[in-house]
Amino acid sequence: MTTYYTKDHEWIRVDGDTGMVGITAYAAGQLGDVVYVELPETGAKFARGDDFAVVESVKAASDVYAPVSGAVLEVNSVLTEAPEKVSEAAESEAWFVRVKLADTGELTELMDEAAYAAFCKGL
Amino acid sequence: MAMNTQGRPTAAPRTSAAAIETVSGSRGLLQREDLLFEIGTPETTGVDLPKPKGLKNRLGGVARKVDTGLPGLSEPQAVRHYMRLSQRNYAIDLGFFPLGSCTMKHNPRLNEKMARLPGFADIHPLQPQATVQGALQLIDELATWLKTLTGMPSVAMSPKAGAHGELCGMLAIRQALIARGEGETRKRVLVPASAHGTNPATAVQCGFIVDEIKANARGRVDMAELREKLQHTDDVAGIMLTNPNTCGLFETDIKEIADLIHKAGGYFYCDGANFNAIVGRVRPGDLGVDAMHINLHKTFSTPHGGGGPGSGPTVFSEALAPYAPVPFVTKDEDGLFRLVEHVDGDAKDSFGRMVAFHGQMGMFVRALTYMLSHGADGLKQVAEDAVLNANYVQARLKHVMTPAFEGYCMHEALFSDAFTADGIETIDIAKALIDEGYHPMTMYFPLVVHGAMLIEPTETESKAELDRFCDSLESIARRAAQGDETLKGAPYLAPAKRLDETRAARKPVLKWTRPAPESVAAE
Repeated sequence: MTTYYTKDHEWIRVDGDTGMVGITAYAAGQLGDVVYVELPETGAKFARGDDFAVVESVKAASDVYAPVSGAVLEVNSVLTEAPEKVSEAAESEAWFVRVKLADTGELTELMDEAAYAAFCKGL
Repeated sequence: MAMNTQGRPTAAPRTSAAAIETVSGSRGLLQREDLLFEIGTPETTGVDLPKPKGLKNRLGGVARKVDTGLPGLSEPQAVRHYMRLSQRNYAIDLGFFPLGSCTMKHNPRLNEKMARLPGFADIHPLQPQATVQGALQLIDELATWLKTLTGMPSVAMSPKAGAHGELCGMLAIRQALIARGEGETRKRVLVPASAHGTNPATAVQCGFIVDEIKANARGRVDMAELREKLQHTDDVAGIMLTNPNTCGLFETDIKEIADLIHKAGGYFYCDGANFNAIVGRVRPGDLGVDAMHINLHKTFSTPHGGGGPGSGPTVFSEALAPYAPVPFVTKDEDGLFRLVEHVDGDAKDSFGRMVAFHGQMGMFVRALTYMLSHGADGLKQVAEDAVLNANYVQARLKHVMTPAFEGYCMHEALFSDAFTADGIETIDIAKALIDEGYHPMTMYFPLVVHGAMLIEPTETESKAELDRFCDSLESIARRAAQGDETLKGAPYLAPAKRLDETRAARKPVLKWTRPAPESVAAE
């Protein structure tokens, strides 16, 4: 399994042609305490860059963008009841959706962990 | 010599205020006040009426059988309750209100006097038009001045708030596209990242799809990205742009933006919420704007923020004027004013009606009073002084805080949180301002600036008042830069202390429930 990152602070952990998607710990830290997460429905299809979820903190509401094109296989409904998980475990327990990738070739345009860490440092 | 022991001591013993507990729960002359439901008793009423006689119950058995649970209060209890709450309130009449993007300026008392004239205050929207000619003339006169000040040929007076005016403008754009036969194909509306949050919401409400344009390093629309987004033009409905924008900056490329959007076949909606920074100096009509709302409650000083309703008349270009909503006022050849109420005749292409009646009459009176009492030179000075005051604040604070962008600002000064020490956030500075006796500035908006602090002094504050505020904020900013941890606990002096906003958002308590009697609770 490899984890990839976007400039909009989403991560995707890929296993074959499926992947778990969430927001990064850096993004969660910037948002402050998360109070609400709106998730898509299972089966929903997204193109890369589409907004597929909303995360709301005490400071602001932000769209979450699809790191790759694909269809939603499963949503992490725990987040609806316990949005604080995003603040506590952004890159593990608090995954948003599991998706089936439409084109694994899109992954080459994302960053690996080291590149993302360097990207955040420059912000 | 006998000592006189009856005199008053000349100095009170020094005791810390925090250490004093009072039996009443009041603090000095700031009265303790519980909820109405806690002070009310079922036996108390404001008015005693005899039981009605000879009335037949015509509700057919569906009358309420249990008590409504409304608190029983005498009139003085009710009056004191709200008076006491008002002592805890903060208002523009009480002090400087630097809430950026909201334009909390003084509401001149002359406006109030005019609005209370019975010919304006005591009329009904369904009265025969012949009996309210003066009121209709006032609406027409205000419309004329709004058109003159914006350089636009048409105005819809009925929208009742800024966002309602946006809706009015975008509905007119949609109607114009439908008339061109492009209602189904032109769906994309470009909205800059620094837009008011209501802009994308309005576009979506009207059935459009929002396409966001990023801001450049100067806090303005990124022209390269705009051009790229306009490579495909057949789906473009228009652009929604705020000018001056929410970073408090004039969109210097606005003419080119207008040309590009028109060339693409779209319309230019300008969010006029910040018109107060350019009124009398810039006419949006000259910039290529097709529709713009004007917040009378901002630019023209009518009360808002709890003090009164908003009002958002929307001006239109020639291209959109035929699609403006009904009703509107016209003047007939015989000199009488008449309301055009229906989508036919003069208004056959109108997109329809947005509100039941004609708009916020009380606000119209106040806004026209403000215009006429200022005159052309005075309104120009409104814009100039608003910009001057904001730049004064920016200049006084830029050595201790971090201006978000280089150069002069328009009517608001915007700072980022870059100057604060680790662990100290914008919210801590805002809360500390409450201890200094000020309503905090707007914070965390616009989103394009990290930890944004947006200060709008308006033209109605004096230099002395601005200096007093800047002294307070400067001192807080220095403490924030040094990492003063006590800021995290502010406010210390307010009636309510720091609230747990996270818990309030995650687990909101939306309904008051009567606490269990103490004897039960103790068990």
